[in-house]
Amino acid sequence: MAYSDKVLEHYNNPRNVGSLDKSADDVGTGVVGAPECGDVMKLQIQVEGDTIVDAKFKTFGCGSAIASSSLATEWLKGRSLDDAMAINNTEIVQELSLPPVKIHCSVLAEDAIKAAINDFKSKQGTDPSQA
Amino acid sequence: MSAPIYLDYQATTPVDPRVLEEMLPYFGEIYGNAASRSHAFGWQAEEAVGQGRERIAHLIGASAKEIVFTSGSTEGINLAMKGVAQMYGSKGKHIITSQAEHKAVLDTAKRLEKDGFEVTYLAPDSTGRHSAEQVAEALREDTILVTIMWANNEIGSINPIREIGAVCKERGVLFFTDGTQAVGKLPVDVEADNVDLLCLSGHKLYGPKGVGALYVRRRNPRVRLVAQMDGGGHERGMRSGTLNVPAIVGLGKACELCEIDMDTDREHALSLRTRFEEKIFGALDHVHLNGHPEHRLPACSNLSFAYVEGESMIMGISNLAVSSGSACTSASLEPSHVLQSMGVGDELSHSSIRFGFGRFTSEEDVDVATEQVIAAVKRLRELSPLYEMVQEGVDLSKIQWDAH
Repeated sequence: MAYSDKVLEHYNNPRNVGSLDKSADDVGTGVVGAPECGDVMKLQIQVEGDTIVDAKFKTFGCGSAIASSSLATEWLKGRSLDDAMAINNTEIVQELSLPPVKIHCSVLAEDAIKAAINDFKSKQGTDPSQA
Repeated sequence: MSAPIYLDYQATTPVDPRVLEEMLPYFGEIYGNAASRSHAFGWQAEEAVGQGRERIAHLIGASAKEIVFTSGSTEGINLAMKGVAQMYGSKGKHIITSQAEHKAVLDTAKRLEKDGFEVTYLAPDSTGRHSAEQVAEALREDTILVTIMWANNEIGSINPIREIGAVCKERGVLFFTDGTQAVGKLPVDVEADNVDLLCLSGHKLYGPKGVGALYVRRRNPRVRLVAQMDGGGHERGMRSGTLNVPAIVGLGKACELCEIDMDTDREHALSLRTRFEEKIFGALDHVHLNGHPEHRLPACSNLSFAYVEGESMIMGISNLAVSSGSACTSASLEPSHVLQSMGVGDELSHSSIRFGFGRFTSEEDVDVATEQVIAAVKRLRELSPLYEMVQEGVDLSKIQWDAH
């Protein structure tokens, strides 16, 4: 399978690998996927006020899954929560030139972003379903 | 980046230069049709084909008259299974095979099911093997064929063919084995091993692609097949079509070399594999061997690196030519059916890589590969949320994953 240069670049130099303290009040954590499906993404955000000031990820999955989550952390930093919530998987597909069989990787990244934001909001006492 | 290293000898092998040399004249000056009986051009080709037949037969303890040339093992499997089913279908409709067979066997079996046959798919044990007792228990009054592969292409596990063959012989059921990975690598004797039909392929034993052979027993019992290719009645009516003389010459030479070099080849492969596995298991934790530790092809090492997904692993060792049992790598979206049939979980199936060593693999190749594998696994585990959880003492099986 041929990978786009951007996928290879993120795979070889993944951005923002690591973990934030998931028990901290200003950190939201999203874990999506399942090991038996071959991909699990953990994406974390640190929020000050309404702005994401830091983002970290760890991913078990193919190169496209790693690249999608790496790209997501890059896009998240500096965004407001609402802007982050608006990130759509098709933007990731376009940026990384993902082939059709790898679209699920971008969907997973979008899900991880939303899960992390919802986790943060629920910690703040905001009902995510009302957000 | 360093030069690519080929470690996929179960997928295909390079043509041995000695094989190529022997083939070349048959692309040029010796171009006759082996079926032309009326002139010297034909006789010359026929003689070359005859020598190829002898060499193949010798390697597997058969007689030359029992060799039917094919385009490779997929055709050999189709001819053996469909040919037997159609010839003996009036005697019974039951066929026994294994869940761990190559797709060529499984898909042929499925086709036969559509045609009214009933197929039992035996599950292998956790090492990927079957026992003769298991086969014996599955045999029925109406069983006409047992198909169990000699050695598995993904994990290298070797089945007790002689014992399975003996059970079939005793019950008067034909026994076909896919010998694609075994012939040329392991001693094969169709008489002592109680085999009635066996397929082999040129490109798995340092011969050319596009040529193979099917052994069809002529005595005790005489096996008859319904041809799957109609035409000029070549190969005693079992496989019509003009013989591919250069390829047959190559296949014959490859078989001869495998017979001569068998001990050397095996010791070479075993020493490389031992070197590889000792270093890998010494440097990394949570590595699982897929397949039987001893009853295994000497050249095959199928390992699961837990918490690292196979395709990302292959990207990390991009100049090593290897295969993965992960879904993402192959054309299908399911993880390896072989690993699943052995009860290896989906998680470890997604983390599996097959390393195959061969006649032209050097110690240096193995050392470079070992270093790259260790580095890639360590790097990807740094990236792996699963490895992190395990380090934290989380039991992954207790987590409610949101499967998608």
